[in-house]
Amino acid sequence: MTLDLNESQRDANPEAGDEGVSEILRDTSLFLAPDPLIMNNHGMEERTALEHESLAAETDPARLEIVRERLLAGANESFDMLESMGAAPGAKWGDCVSAIFTASGDLSLASTGGVVIFCNLVQYPIKFINKYWTNEPTVGVREGDAFLVNDARYGQAHNTDQSMMMPVFWEGKLVAWVGATVHEGENGAIEPGGMPSMAEQVWDEGLKMSPFRVAENYTLRRDIVTFLQNSVREPKLQYADMKVKMFTCRRLEQRMHEAISEFGLEAVVACLRSNLEDTDVEVRKRLKEWPDGTVRHSWWTDGTLRENAMIKINLALTKKGDRLIFDYRGSSPEFTNRSNNSLDITLKGMLAQLFLTYIWPDLPRNQGVLAPIEFIFDERSILKPDFGTPNAQSMMSVFTSWSVAQVAVMKYLYSVPDKYTRVIAPWFNMINTFLFGGVTQHGEMVGNVCADINGMGGGALSDRDGQHSCAPIFATMADLGEQEFMEEEMPFVQLVSKKLMKDNQGFGRQRGGMGYQMILALRDSPVWGFMLTAIGSKFPNVPGLFGGYGCPTYPLCRISNVDVFETMQSDPSQFRYSIEELMNEQPFPEGEYSTHPMFMPYSLAERGELYMIAQGTGGGFGDPLERDPEEVMRDFQEDLVSEDVAWRIYRIVFDPETRIVDEAATRLARDEVRKERLDESMSFDEYCADFVTDAPPASLPYYGSWEDPAMVYAGSPDRYYPAGQVNPPVIMPNPLEVKIAKLERQLAEARQG
Amino acid sequence: MHVFITDALVIDLEKETWQCRGCETELGSARENYKSFLRVRPRNPQDIHAPIIDKDRYEFTFAPDPEWTRIVEYYCPHCARQMEVEYLPPGHPPAYDIELDIDALKAQWADRDALTEPAIGPAFVPPQHHHRKGGE
Ligand SMILES: [Zn+2]
Repeated sequence: MTLDLNESQRDANPEAGDEGVSEILRDTSLFLAPDPLIMNNHGMEERTALEHESLAAETDPARLEIVRERLLAGANESFDMLESMGAAPGAKWGDCVSAIFTASGDLSLASTGGVVIFCNLVQYPIKFINKYWTNEPTVGVREGDAFLVNDARYGQAHNTDQSMMMPVFWEGKLVAWVGATVHEGENGAIEPGGMPSMAEQVWDEGLKMSPFRVAENYTLRRDIVTFLQNSVREPKLQYADMKVKMFTCRRLEQRMHEAISEFGLEAVVACLRSNLEDTDVEVRKRLKEWPDGTVRHSWWTDGTLRENAMIKINLALTKKGDRLIFDYRGSSPEFTNRSNNSLDITLKGMLAQLFLTYIWPDLPRNQGVLAPIEFIFDERSILKPDFGTPNAQSMMSVFTSWSVAQVAVMKYLYSVPDKYTRVIAPWFNMINTFLFGGVTQHGEMVGNVCADINGMGGGALSDRDGQHSCAPIFATMADLGEQEFMEEEMPFVQLVSKKLMKDNQGFGRQRGGMGYQMILALRDSPVWGFMLTAIGSKFPNVPGLFGGYGCPTYPLCRISNVDVFETMQSDPSQFRYSIEELMNEQPFPEGEYSTHPMFMPYSLAERGELYMIAQGTGGGFGDPLERDPEEVMRDFQEDLVSEDVAWRIYRIVFDPETRIVDEAATRLARDEVRKERLDESMSFDEYCADFVTDAPPASLPYYGSWEDPAMVYAGSPDRYYPAGQVNPPVIMPNPLEVKIAKLERQLAEARQG
Repeated sequence: MHVFITDALVIDLEKETWQCRGCETELGSARENYKSFLRVRPRNPQDIHAPIIDKDRYEFTFAPDPEWTRIVEYYCPHCARQMEVEYLPPGHPPAYDIELDIDALKAQWADRDALTEPAIGPAFVPPQHHHRKGGE
């Protein structure tokens, strides 16, 4: 396939040269939607006159580094404030960030902890404010103002986050912006917790804050705060965190003012600008070290959160010289009435996170890292949906797209002699955690998410196993939280918490970091419910690397018709401390045992019934037959693998009592497997002739390209269209209606006898 | 000169060939898809990721659905090392995953020293573990 680079450049700047026209349109526009000129440009703004002068005046890199360290200390201090004062559960475990932006809105410096994607995307609303509100007589931008945004289409990772932005003035002139973002959770959507999988229209997604002013003279406007509180399920949280974010911004503003007083305005402006330009230059230099070529990798997400469907994410990653081009064409078309679509800006921001944490963690955290990188998407695809298409659960497609990129980048990186971090198998990428909502034991209405979202297993490295339930892909320094703190505030108990799940392993010469299981039950609440918003119960979420295997699939397991708190009183010996034992032994005689996909709409819970899930494992690295038998025995001793896996996957001959390995017998057994591999395999041509088909199986609800990325399927073999031109678009039926229709058919058949 | 492209595959720049890193068997032209030189074996995903809970009683068992998932394993034709594993919907064509510009690769490595082992990257140095502020 050839790459149409002109197309991608045109895409990045569709209205270039039309400034005069767009000014007239702005003045007469009835509605200021997100501006494509802003949203389609992930690169840096042009230097301003002040930046030019400042860079000319301040040329000593050592001095700029001192300024940079000073500003970074301010960012880290304000991040600590945000994390320790924030009321949202997300803030408490580091699902937040604070950052400094140039006057034009480019992200120049993010706090060391926290979620880079959040502040990477805040560039867009700042640029919107600069362009539309500065000279708007009814708005304006003044010292002491604070602006708020949550609508992802104007620039947020997703609608459940809220970002506050504050202009920094010096002697009456706007010289920078500062910002603070928190994953707030609740936002008044159709389901509690801010990430509604039931959203079929953007209006089901809750608050739709375009960038707007919420504070003047450093004071929140009470009328606006009240309106926002009135729009969400957690009014206390909404108010508390607006205050916290404003104080965070004020501290950043204070540190900026102090730095300007000490070093001068030009030094600070030169520092912010050179951060970006130096990062851009350094990234181009490092890209030149990679081999030139194209790496291709695809993955499939197995559901929309309402139904299972096979949804392709397709990537051709081309590297030439100092350019890197992410071509995601051939991915699934958009789902017009589902929430699993991701905005392209969300994916770009996630990829900034990939480079800044997994590839070049030594680089300063700013958006210059993406400046040399280009992107190509199909219009109206799952990664570039229309303005009116829901995106509240963008994680369902953006995390997979991120992992696809992680694999592709590793295939470039392995051969590069100078690395800044290590090649790693895919990190687990799905939010295997509970969302909840209802009335607490303290009589408060809440809606939010458990910190277990952060317990994703790490990928294996070439010489080291992955780390267990370590960190989410979007924030390497996030925390899992203390379950006991949670239980003081919330009416449910995790009866089994943070216990690694046996055989839930990404097998390989080095194995992936494993995921823990969570078994929870509601205890005391007048009304309470849980929901789950994850995929990967039929098709796994991540592969391994270079011969290693990926993660398994994950179900939701439930035991209803039991009050486990009662049985613990009457017969505590009935309880089991793992999903495997509870489901296989079925120890509660009256209990009803069932399994489900990892998506469950908000459902009311009964006291003492069990909800059980596991976090995922990272991918394995290399051929499992080459795993050191002693490492398998260590995993066996720690109850991480069963005797079955030790034999079936790793082919270890050992005494389960003493864990002593028979090395000679193991060698022989492994050689037997190698012989079996050659006997039972075929040539590539034979494989393609006998096992590859021209189209997806008719039984599979398939979305996206098959062989040719220019053509996509839209749910069945007869719905096959040029990519970007799926017409009629994908509209999914209501799963309940599908179920009723099926039952009615069965009923009719039964009546006919 | 040898370039370690993946953990299992090496390119010999002079011969422009793929080689197995384990047994050094020459596989075929580096300008072609290395997979076309390997042995291929489709697997039922449940043979790898076996059910953890009883598959006779439950629909979802921690094991991938074979109607949705096929695991494709690639082996060195000589030493049978597992070099790559692909997860695909049944029938989906395998990816031409690594297509390198061999001329550019040769030019790039003309200025580099040959490596005898893959460069695995910087060593992990754990921060000093301390219980008191100030790090004693
Ligand atoms: Zn070999």
